[in-house]
Amino acid sequence: MIRLPLVLFFSAALFAIGVYGVLARRNGVLVLMSIELMLNAVNINLVAFSQALGSLAGQVFALFVIAVAAAEVGIGLAIVILIYRNRETINIDEVNLLKW
Amino acid sequence: MTGHEYAFILLALIGTVAALRVVTARNVVHAALYLVVTLASVGGAYLLLAAEFVAWVQILIYVGAIVILFLFGLMLTKAPIGREALDNQRRGAAIVVALAILAGLIFLIQDAFSWDGSKIEPETGGAAAVGESIFSRYVLPFEAVSFLLLGALIGAIVLSRRDDLT
Amino acid sequence: MIGQESATPAAANWFVENAWLIVLLPTVSAVLTLFIGKRTPGRGAVYGILAIGTAFVLSVGVLWQFVQHGGGRFVKSVEWFQVGPFHVEAGQLIDGLAAVMLVVVTAVSLCVHIYSVGYMHGDQRYTWFFVVLSLFTAAMLNVVIASNLFQLLLGWEVMGVCSYLLIGHWWEERENSSAAIKAFITTRIGDVPFTFGIFALVFAAGFETANIEEVGHVIAEGRTSNALVSGAALLLFGGTIGKSAQFPLHVWLPDAMAGPTPVSALIHAATMVAAGVYLVGRLYEVFVHADPFVLQFVAITAGITMLGAAMLAIVQDDIKRVLAYSTISQLAYMVAGLSMGPEGVTAGFFHLWTHAFFKALLFLGAGAVIHAVHSNNMSEMGGLRAPMRTTFWTFLIGSLALAGIPPLAGFWSKDELITVASDGHPVLFVTFLVTAFLTAFYMTRGVALTFFGEYRGHGHPHEAPVSMTGPLVALAAATLVVGFVGAPQLGAPFARWVFFEEPHIPEFSPLVAAIAVIVAIAGIAVGWGLYGRRREEDPVLQLGPVTTTLQNRYYIDRAYMSYVVLPIRDRLSSAVYWFDRNVLDGVVNGAAAFARALSLVVAWFDRRVIDGAVNGAAGTAGFTGGILRYIQSGNVQRYAAFLFTGVVILAIVVTRI
Repeated sequence: MIRLPLVLFFSAALFAIGVYGVLARRNGVLVLMSIELMLNAVNINLVAFSQALGSLAGQVFALFVIAVAAAEVGIGLAIVILIYRNRETINIDEVNLLKW
Repeated sequence: MTGHEYAFILLALIGTVAALRVVTARNVVHAALYLVVTLASVGGAYLLLAAEFVAWVQILIYVGAIVILFLFGLMLTKAPIGREALDNQRRGAAIVVALAILAGLIFLIQDAFSWDGSKIEPETGGAAAVGESIFSRYVLPFEAVSFLLLGALIGAIVLSRRDDLT
Repeated sequence: MIGQESATPAAANWFVENAWLIVLLPTVSAVLTLFIGKRTPGRGAVYGILAIGTAFVLSVGVLWQFVQHGGGRFVKSVEWFQVGPFHVEAGQLIDGLAAVMLVVVTAVSLCVHIYSVGYMHGDQRYTWFFVVLSLFTAAMLNVVIASNLFQLLLGWEVMGVCSYLLIGHWWEERENSSAAIKAFITTRIGDVPFTFGIFALVFAAGFETANIEEVGHVIAEGRTSNALVSGAALLLFGGTIGKSAQFPLHVWLPDAMAGPTPVSALIHAATMVAAGVYLVGRLYEVFVHADPFVLQFVAITAGITMLGAAMLAIVQDDIKRVLAYSTISQLAYMVAGLSMGPEGVTAGFFHLWTHAFFKALLFLGAGAVIHAVHSNNMSEMGGLRAPMRTTFWTFLIGSLALAGIPPLAGFWSKDELITVASDGHPVLFVTFLVTAFLTAFYMTRGVALTFFGEYRGHGHPHEAPVSMTGPLVALAAATLVVGFVGAPQLGAPFARWVFFEEPHIPEFSPLVAAIAVIVAIAGIAVGWGLYGRRREEDPVLQLGPVTTTLQNRYYIDRAYMSYVVLPIRDRLSSAVYWFDRNVLDGVVNGAAAFARALSLVVAWFDRRVIDGAVNGAAGTAGFTGGILRYIQSGNVQRYAAFLFTGVVILAIVVTRI
């Protein structure tokens, strides 16, 4: 038996750390990693509630999230590589052509 | 506090510290490896929550495939190493935002769930049940996700194709 | 008022009932000539001649029916306009005076029309001349038959305008247009008191009517104050002074000779100038009931005019000027006659009747002479008796009539006036006689200088064409006979036609007649004696200061110029002009300047405030946009930061609410 708030605190911590990573990291790949952290936090949330509410929907949804995360990472890295190819850098700060 | 909880707290700590190291490591490869730790701890958490299928899928996909992808990406893009090279100027604002989110979430959790009121009795929501659910009730999203993966696959190939190759 | 008190029209009097046709015909001919005269063969003279000829026949018919009826008064009118209780009608009032005047006017006008065909032949404004001639005749006839004061005034003023137009017929010469203006303005000065006299009469009638008969009734019944009636009489007489060229408004008539001679004959001898006299007669009720001072004033004015003009006629070189002054003098005779009371009324109008014929004759004859020698001046004439026989004999008849030699017309009328004066008006009696002497004298001078002696001119004078000599003969014939209608020995039918209140059959005093004839013959004798033989110098011009004064017309014209015309033109006009420029225009310009200044303020306001607001709004939008664009850094992580912050805030807000 695990107290629900505990699990949720873990999820919240991961999520906050992921947010920090998204905002603070320069390397595009590291940003993607931080995004994965956030998605994992979400997944923990889903699974926790799935057990707390006795429904399988949470787990199923978590599976789908994993699948989507995989797809997203694939595409994201493809884009990063493309950027690297075009600009010789994957420094997010330097990808700002839509600047004012 | 049951043993269950203790185990969980341990895993959570490991996971949290590893996540912190992910976002603060100066070496990208180190960051990726710390990510592995985090993902593994998350998978362990799933196990403790009796979601075994999800746990193994997590290990399989995340640790097994996605981290590899990350490593390949790092390799192909010759990621630089060093503090200034990896973190941008907005660290302050980022910390603030992250702490704000953390605070908000904790507050909400506090507000919504009492400490002793909500308990999880992990039931064996085993692979059989999940599988059955996927192929009966959630078969449509399942098919859709497969299409999504197909699209991502094709997209990734298209995107990373070199132009001089026809 | 002239005629009987009753005003009931008799039945089946076609001419009298339709006397208004006499006015209508010349009006129509004026309009016709104006519009289609130029295209008519003969250039439009035919309309006027036909119209006046018919009008003459109608006038004779009116007089005939009037006489047949034994007199009376016939009134007929239509409503003209109405203001509150004030009714003004237009119509005809036919009594003996009007009937007689109608004949005079139409007869002389007809002769002048026919004469003008020859005299104005080849003139560049031939058609227009006949238009105005017809129009004038219509206006004069309107004055004669008017039953309403305003109708009379209308005709009066139209006559003034036509006189102006005709005097200035050859306006290319500055002298002619100046003379026309002088005539118009001077008669206008007389018309102002005349108009106020009409107003006084209307006022006296309680603002209800301007009908001549009714006004006369009001005054005869003594319902108005004596002062008002006297004032009205004096004011009305102002019109006579102007129109009939009495002192002091006589100055326009000699200069009006600048117009063509037919005009002088018609307007300034027989008709328009007689209108002033006619006015007094028509409104005699007013004069009779006024203070006796009024009639004395009239007499004094007439006396001064009579003598003054006769003396001026003596020194003239221009033959028309002689006749002009003579006209002034003879008009004074008529006015003097009217001033002598009811007996004088008949005598005065009898003189008007005869004078019209022989004065017109004299003018037309002078016109023939002028036409032949191409000059007005008698110093360039002489000896025209031989080449211009008809003209000479008719002119002679006219001169003798004017001098008052029996049995010509002028004798009868002058004699009657003198006879009336002999009984109670000694001053006028003497004045009449002295003037008669002078009249005979200057006419003899005129005839001698023109027709006798040797020709002093440069051309080849010849007799006038038949169109001109015809009227001369007709008028001469008239001069021979028209006097007899007033001859006492023949019962003086004229006195039964034209009278005031009651007919006064004139008495014939052989003594007075003898005195008059002797005076006339004396005048002729002196004249012949001085001018019968050829002299180097004109005797009357040798009289030193007398001659100078007479030649300068007693300096009256000069005085008017210096004390009236020039001050008005130079000082009054300048003052008014200054006022108009500076005060009136100043106000207008000031308002405009104010509007401009106001508009500048408004423009400033519009530019600064309103446009400022609009531009400011735009500027603010641009400014804030310029600031806000910095949000778009292009950095994805920045956007993500904002996103997460927003999510946190939303989460708090949504869950709190």
